[in-house]
Amino acid sequence: MESKTLNKPSSSDGLKRIDGHLKVTGGARYSAEFNVAGLTYGVLVGSTITHGTIKSIDTRKAAAAPGVLAVITHLNCPKVPGYQTTTPSAKGPLKIFFDNKILYNGQPVALVIANTFERALYASSLVTALYSAEKHHTKLTDNLSKAFSPHDDNEYKRGVPDAWKAAPVKLEQEYLLPSEVHNSMEPHAIIARWDADDKITVWDKTQGVKDTQNSIAQTFKIPVENVQVNSKFVGGAFGNALQVWPHEFAAIIGAKVVKRPVKLILSRADMFTSVGYRPHTWQKIGIGATVDGKLVGISHQAVGQTSAYEDFAEGPADVSRQLYACPNVSTSNKIVSLNVGSPVWMRGPGPATGTFALESAIDELSYALKIDPIELRMRNYAETDPESGKPFSGKFLNEAYKLGADNIGWSNRSPKPGSVKKDGWLVGYGMSGGVFGADREPATVRATMMADGMLVLQTAVSDIGPGTGTAMVSIASETMGIPTGKIRFDMGDSSLPPAPQQGGSTITSSVGSAVYLACNDLKEKFHQLTGDNGNQPDYIQILKQHNLQKLEVTTASKAGAEVDKYAMYSWSVHFVVVHVNPATGVVKLDKVTCVADSGRIISPKTARSQIIGGAIMGIGMALMEEAVIDHRYGRVVNGNLADYHVPVNADIPQIEALFVNKPDFNINPIGAKGMGEIALIGMAAAVANAVYNATGKRVRNLPITPDKLV
Amino acid sequence: MASKNSSNESEKDVKILDGTRRDFLKQSTLLTAIALTPAPLVRAAENGWDEKIAAVYEKVPLNIEVNGVKHQLSVEPRATLLDLLREQLDLTGTKKGCDHGQCGACTVHVDGHRINSCLTLGVMVSGKKITTIEGLAKGDQLHPMQEAFLKHDGFQCGYCTPGQIMSAVACIREGHANSETEIREYMSGNICRCGAYPNIVNAIQEVKDGGQTV
Repeated sequence: MESKTLNKPSSSDGLKRIDGHLKVTGGARYSAEFNVAGLTYGVLVGSTITHGTIKSIDTRKAAAAPGVLAVITHLNCPKVPGYQTTTPSAKGPLKIFFDNKILYNGQPVALVIANTFERALYASSLVTALYSAEKHHTKLTDNLSKAFSPHDDNEYKRGVPDAWKAAPVKLEQEYLLPSEVHNSMEPHAIIARWDADDKITVWDKTQGVKDTQNSIAQTFKIPVENVQVNSKFVGGAFGNALQVWPHEFAAIIGAKVVKRPVKLILSRADMFTSVGYRPHTWQKIGIGATVDGKLVGISHQAVGQTSAYEDFAEGPADVSRQLYACPNVSTSNKIVSLNVGSPVWMRGPGPATGTFALESAIDELSYALKIDPIELRMRNYAETDPESGKPFSGKFLNEAYKLGADNIGWSNRSPKPGSVKKDGWLVGYGMSGGVFGADREPATVRATMMADGMLVLQTAVSDIGPGTGTAMVSIASETMGIPTGKIRFDMGDSSLPPAPQQGGSTITSSVGSAVYLACNDLKEKFHQLTGDNGNQPDYIQILKQHNLQKLEVTTASKAGAEVDKYAMYSWSVHFVVVHVNPATGVVKLDKVTCVADSGRIISPKTARSQIIGGAIMGIGMALMEEAVIDHRYGRVVNGNLADYHVPVNADIPQIEALFVNKPDFNINPIGAKGMGEIALIGMAAAVANAVYNATGKRVRNLPITPDKLV
Repeated sequence: MASKNSSNESEKDVKILDGTRRDFLKQSTLLTAIALTPAPLVRAAENGWDEKIAAVYEKVPLNIEVNGVKHQLSVEPRATLLDLLREQLDLTGTKKGCDHGQCGACTVHVDGHRINSCLTLGVMVSGKKITTIEGLAKGDQLHPMQEAFLKHDGFQCGYCTPGQIMSAVACIREGHANSETEIREYMSGNICRCGAYPNIVNAIQEVKDGGQTV
C-alpha cells in the first residue's frame, strides 16, 4: 500500500464523506426518526429521592389521561426473564421496574405510553409516588475512605514503589476531576417493535449493533437471530452507547405491554443521570527525579465514583505505567460506591483522566528542575514499553513533539510564568502528551462485486460520527483499483457479518483490515477466474464472460501473534497558547496544535476532523465541563445544556491537526491505528500547563473556571 | 404529504377523563351549558363522551406552508413546531437535541428568520412560511451552504448539521458573517459536540466570500 504524505491537511483536503449528502440534506435518519406504523410514545418518570424505597405509586390519573395506553411500574411490569436468573445481590446494570429500591436520583420509576408524545409527556406529570427515603451518599471526596479495588489488576508495582520520595527533586499533589457528561447532540432514542412473541426489531442508538442484539436476546431470553437491531446513523455517543441501558429495555417491555411499537427519547436531563458519564475522580501523584531530569519514581493513585449497583473502574492511573521510562512505579485504581447513576466509558476513558494528573505533574516537575517540558519528556523517553519490556509496534512520539513544537512556535515560550503580556492579557504556552492502547478486534466483511461494477461492502459496525464508511471506502478503492463512487458500504444492521463496537479507537484497525483482506480475497477470486495474476482485473467484463451476476467473498480477520510480540499504542501531543485576563480570569485559546502518531492516515479529511473534535472536547474538559450535584438532595442541578457548559463556536479558534503519518504494519496490514481517544487525551493538561505558564497559578481542580484564577 | 390531516390518534384511544381534565371541562363555555343539564352530563361521563368532545376542542386548525407545500393541519395547541414537523409531517431533518432552546439542533427558518422550533408552538406560526433543511436545496442542486459543509467537513455525526446549516444561512443573511470572530459569535447558539466548529467557520466564510445568493 502506498503511504500518503498528507501530514497537515486543510479542511477542504481529502475525500468528502460518503454519507455527507444525506447529512446536509436532512435525509439521514437517526433512531427516533423511522415512521413505523402504529407508533406510540413513551415518557419516563424519574424518582425524586436519591436513596430509599418506593412506598406507593399512584398511576390512576396518568392511566386515565387522554390517549394513555399503559403506565408501567415495578408493580405491574411483566417479568423480564433475564432479570430473574442472576443472584439478587449481584452487582450489575440497573434492572428497570424490577423492585421498589431507589439507588439514585432520577432513576426511572414509571413509563407512560400514549398515542402522542404530548399526551405521554402530560400524563407522565400525573404519576405520583410516595417514598421512604434513606440517607444518601453522593459526594466522592467525603467518602474516599470507603474506596475499594474492584479487580485484582487495579494495583500495580514495579521496582521500589516509594522510590520517588528519596529523589533529589520531588513533588506530591492531588488532582480533582468533576463528572463530565458525553452529551451527544442526539439524545438516546429507541423505537421497539415486537414482530412476534419472540421476535423483535429495534431502531436504537448504539455503538455496537451486534452487542445490542446479544444483550436484548439474553435479557428477554429469545433467539439472537430473532433480534434485529438497526442503527444506521448515530448522532454522536462518545461512549454513552457502548452498553444497553435500562430505558432501552423499558421501551421493549412497553412495546410488549401495549402490543404496538414504542418510541422513547430520553430528555436532556435524563442524559445526565441514566446513560453514564466520565466519573468524578480524585488522584494523587508523587513523582521524583534526579537533578538532571531522569525520573526516579512515580506513585499514582486514583479513586473514582461509581453507582451503588455497578462497579465501574476506568483505570486512570494506568497511564503512569506506560508513558515514561521510569524504573519505580506504583499505581492504584479504586472506586467508591455512591447513590449516583453508573458512569461509563467516555472518550479517552482512563488516560484522559490520568494524563491530566500525570502530565500536569511532569510540567510542574519541569519548572522545579528548570528544564524545558519537552526536553524533560525526551530525557525519559520510553524506547520500549516500560510495563512489558516489549518493543513498540511503532512509536514516533519524538517526531510528534518536534512537529507540534515547530508549528506552535514553542521557542517563543518564556520559561518564567506570568512574564509575558499582550494587549493586557497574560500569555502562556503549554503542552501535554497522550497515549491509548491500539487494539485490533475480530471483524468480518462481506465484499460483493455486482455485475454493474458496484462493489458492496457489508459489516455490522455502527458509525457514531468519525466517518467509518468514508475510511472503509478509501481502503477498498485503493485495494480494488476502482473509484470511491463505485463502492457502497452497508452497516448499522445486526444481520450483517459481525464487527466490533465502535469504541476504544479500534474500528479502522479492525474493520479496515477486514475490508482490506476481503478486497484482496475478492480480487484473488477474479484472478482465479482469469488465470491472470498481474493485471488490474476488468471486473464487469470478467463477470460478463463467466455469466455471473456477482462475485462474493466473506472474510473474517483478527489479530495474530503480533499482539504477544509488541506493545501497541497510539500517541498524541497537544500544544496550546492561552491568553488569560488578569482581572477577570477568563481564559481564551489563542492557538491549538494537535499531533497524532497513529500510524498511516487513511482518510485525511475525516482524520483531521476527528482530531479537532477530540481536542475541542478536551478544551471543554479543561475549561468548563462539570456536572454539579446538590449533595443535600443528591440531584444533578445543571442537567441541561445552558448550565452544563460545552464548548461553543465562540470558544474555539482554528485548530491545527498534524499527522506523523508513518504506517505501523506490525499491528495490521493497513498500518493504521486508532485516533478517536488520543484526540482528547492530554488536552486538559496542555491547557492547565499553559495557564500556569501564563499566570503562575497551577490549577489541579478541573474545570479551570475564572474564579480559580483571580 | 400536502394538505394532510395528520395525527396518529384515533377516537377509540381516547380514554376516560381524569380530574384535571374534568376541571378544565367544567370551566369551558360549552360545558357550562351542558352542565345545566346534569343527567345527560353524567351519562356523557360514563360513556366518555365529554372526553371525546374535549378531544375535538383541544385541537385547533393550523395552516402553514412548509418548504413550499401548504398544509392544513389539526394540532394540539401544546405541540411544538419541532414535534409537529417530526411527528406529524415526517420531516425528521429538524433535530431534537434538548427541547429547551439551548442547543440549536432544531433551528428552522420562519419567514426567512432562524428560530428554535422547540421553543415555538405550532400554533404560533399560523399562516407563516417554514423552511427546514429538507427545503433548502433546489431539487438535486444543493444550497451553496450545503456544498460548503460537505467540502469543509462541517460535521461528523451529522445530528446538529441541519440546525447549523439553517443558522449559517441566516447568519449571512443577517449580515453577521463579516469576520471569523463575528461568525463564531453568531453561530454560538448551535452546539456541535463532535467539535466541527473550525470547519463550520471555514464553510460559512467560503459561502460569504463566494458572494452567492443565500
